[in-house]
Amino acid sequence: MNKQPAIKLCGITKSFGSVVANHNIDLTVQRGEILALLGENGSGKTTLMNILAGIYQPESGEIYIDGQRVSIHSPEDANRLGIGMIHQHFKLVDIHTAADNIILGNEPKGLFLQKSRFDKVRELSERFGLSIDPMKKIYNMSVSEKQTVEILKVLYRGANILILDEPTAVLTVQEIRRLFDILRRMRDEGCAVVIITHKLDEVMEISDRVTVLRKGESVETVDTASCDIRKLTELMVGRPVELSIDRPERTHSGTLLEIHHLTVESEEGVRMLDDVNMTLKKGEILGVAGVAGSGQRELCETIAGLMPIKEGAILFNKKNIENMTARQIFKAGISMSFIPEDRLGMGLAASMGIVDNMLLKTYLDSPGPFVQKKEARLLAETITKKLRISTSGMNAPVSRMSGGNVQKVLLGREIESRPQVLITAYPVRGLDINTSYTIYDALNAQKQAGTGVLFVCEDLDVMLELCDRIMVLCHGKVTGIVNAADTTKEELGLLMTNAQRKGDSPNAE
Amino acid sequence: MNGLINLLTAAIRAGIPLLFGTTGEIITEKTGNMNLGVEGMMWLGAFFGFYVGLHTDSLLLALLCAFAAGMFGALIYAVLTVSLRANQTVAGLALTIFGTAFANFFGLRMIEANGGMLPRLSAKLSGVLANNPIPLLGDIPYIGKLLFSHNILVYLGIIIAVLAFLYMNKTRIGLRMRAVGEAPATADAAGINVTLTKYVHILLGGGICGLGGAYLSLAYFDGQWQNACVSGQGWIAVALVIFANWNPVKAIWGTLLFGMFEVIRFRVGWLRIPPAFCDMLPYVITTLILVIASIRKSRERRQPMGCGNNYFREDR
Repeated sequence: MNKQPAIKLCGITKSFGSVVANHNIDLTVQRGEILALLGENGSGKTTLMNILAGIYQPESGEIYIDGQRVSIHSPEDANRLGIGMIHQHFKLVDIHTAADNIILGNEPKGLFLQKSRFDKVRELSERFGLSIDPMKKIYNMSVSEKQTVEILKVLYRGANILILDEPTAVLTVQEIRRLFDILRRMRDEGCAVVIITHKLDEVMEISDRVTVLRKGESVETVDTASCDIRKLTELMVGRPVELSIDRPERTHSGTLLEIHHLTVESEEGVRMLDDVNMTLKKGEILGVAGVAGSGQRELCETIAGLMPIKEGAILFNKKNIENMTARQIFKAGISMSFIPEDRLGMGLAASMGIVDNMLLKTYLDSPGPFVQKKEARLLAETITKKLRISTSGMNAPVSRMSGGNVQKVLLGREIESRPQVLITAYPVRGLDINTSYTIYDALNAQKQAGTGVLFVCEDLDVMLELCDRIMVLCHGKVTGIVNAADTTKEELGLLMTNAQRKGDSPNAE
Repeated sequence: MNGLINLLTAAIRAGIPLLFGTTGEIITEKTGNMNLGVEGMMWLGAFFGFYVGLHTDSLLLALLCAFAAGMFGALIYAVLTVSLRANQTVAGLALTIFGTAFANFFGLRMIEANGGMLPRLSAKLSGVLANNPIPLLGDIPYIGKLLFSHNILVYLGIIIAVLAFLYMNKTRIGLRMRAVGEAPATADAAGINVTLTKYVHILLGGGICGLGGAYLSLAYFDGQWQNACVSGQGWIAVALVIFANWNPVKAIWGTLLFGMFEVIRFRVGWLRIPPAFCDMLPYVITTLILVIASIRKSRERRQPMGCGNNYFREDR
């Protein structure tokens, strides 16, 4: 085996306009090792990896692959050097089949596409133990299937340097385990693997070494074995961080939201929520747990007035909200900050700046035909300061901001509208630990102010620490509502797969 | 029966110029660029095709020049949108204005040069372009008249549409080109040269549009130059792209339907419908069809996802 490192980066610098994304970064990855790249949102991890993949050109610095000085001008160059990157946002052609996506750019020779391409892809997938249907169209696939296609795409090209940008953010526990098995196998076959993830327990589990980036600079590289989560957090944030989440005592009493026998159907007539009964009290954080697609999204959207109620009622302060429009519900004091899978999809207008995004919720209240820019600007500045949002300017498009900052803008705006009920779904998905804590603090502050918070999340550890009660959904049914203080992860897991506890009323107090 | 056959035959001849424009635009849109300059490129093809045909008597040269003229128009558009990343809609509209004005200006000069008379192609070239039955096949009753008694440009249009379909859906380059049109960043990451792919197909599409213009100026008006020969056909072709779900073979049927409307309006004189109303009909029907065509739709039959947006690798 080659003694030279698979990747060696020296003094890489890259800036976008006036923002320096990478400054003088050094990095090495050996063959047969998995390197975790760690850093807060916006610390330049993705930018650095995109330079390796040929998407961005560095302003200065040197890249060595297997000891050879190279320059990577395009993704094609990267392919030739055996570098394969799996991007955070999948790069797949939605309306093409899995096989056509995998062979794209490297099709079997000949003028025409051969039918045998499907068999070739099937063989490849079987060889690596990754089962997919080569003829299936991407838009019919689940997130994890799409990721499998991405991995096969890289394997098909014979890549031996593998870069994965937050591959686990959208996967279930079982899928993550399977992914890690694949990565370990590739490492054992002599590949070099770089993985970007925010989940520190995953870093500890999968990586051999960790390189930490902070504000676009490489801070330190450590052996995973000689390190723990606390140390990594310190390196990443630059100071010691308290790693436990507060759960302040509830100080308010009274009920905000009552849901009785709520049934909701999708446009196709599929039952998404089935006879849901629940209450949300003043000053509590109610967690909503469940396997992805168990009806969390529908619950949020129905309360916010975006989905029609089929049966049942939603009472807000004892008043039925069934026939109210989304705007009326918002004005009444129910606010939703929904973080969909693509962060910018719902809630913010990507090409507008922070100030204009603030206006989206308030423009109708301003007197006269003109919008009140000044107030919006003040609001934007308040949020920016409170949640420590880093941006190049109040009017720079939010699409240029890193994911974490986008989420802070969205959540900040909803909180500042001083709602009585705050619905928040996946508010920390894909966020680094420091930003996550900022958001937990913000939610706790709301709780103490008497807001009822509906907190949809996939991280059971966080829910157990943060929430007062946790409601579990399974196929649109409530399988249990438990006090977070007296339950365990295992119990929640059982409820999520609908092994309901005997004799328990679904409305535990 | 004979009346119906006559009607259908005329519909085919009137519809095929649209087929060139529609096929050309489908190729362009499938590679991710919406070129609203079809009308302009057809005008360029119409003028240069006629001019060269008039002076050389060679059909081949006339078609080659019409193709080149359409490509030239498309080149302007491609430089603006692909290289300079200008807005696709604006660039396309500008191309239409340019092509229309260019052809009309030089069309008038051509008439002046002919002593104020409308120039006419030589009898030899007109003969080549006449609606001659194909030997044997043309003798089949009804079918022969309907399918095998057209000028050669009709067959050329259908062959191009079928070839375009095969090319896009069955070949390796076709796969790459569709990937570029759907998801340029994905294609780029797969090592495909996005810029080159776009240039090639925008130019190819423009050339085919140019041929559609040449059909109109060379064959549709019996070899006589008309200063309004294209007028509006390019726009209908753009609408037909949507009607045909970006599928050139379906476009064949779509263009025949429109050819039908074109023809019917000359044959309903006895109904005493005002001529202005008949002139309006194709456009009204275009609008209606667009509304209907936009209602249903699976994901695969929609406009390519990347269409209308210019690609820049370092965009965030």
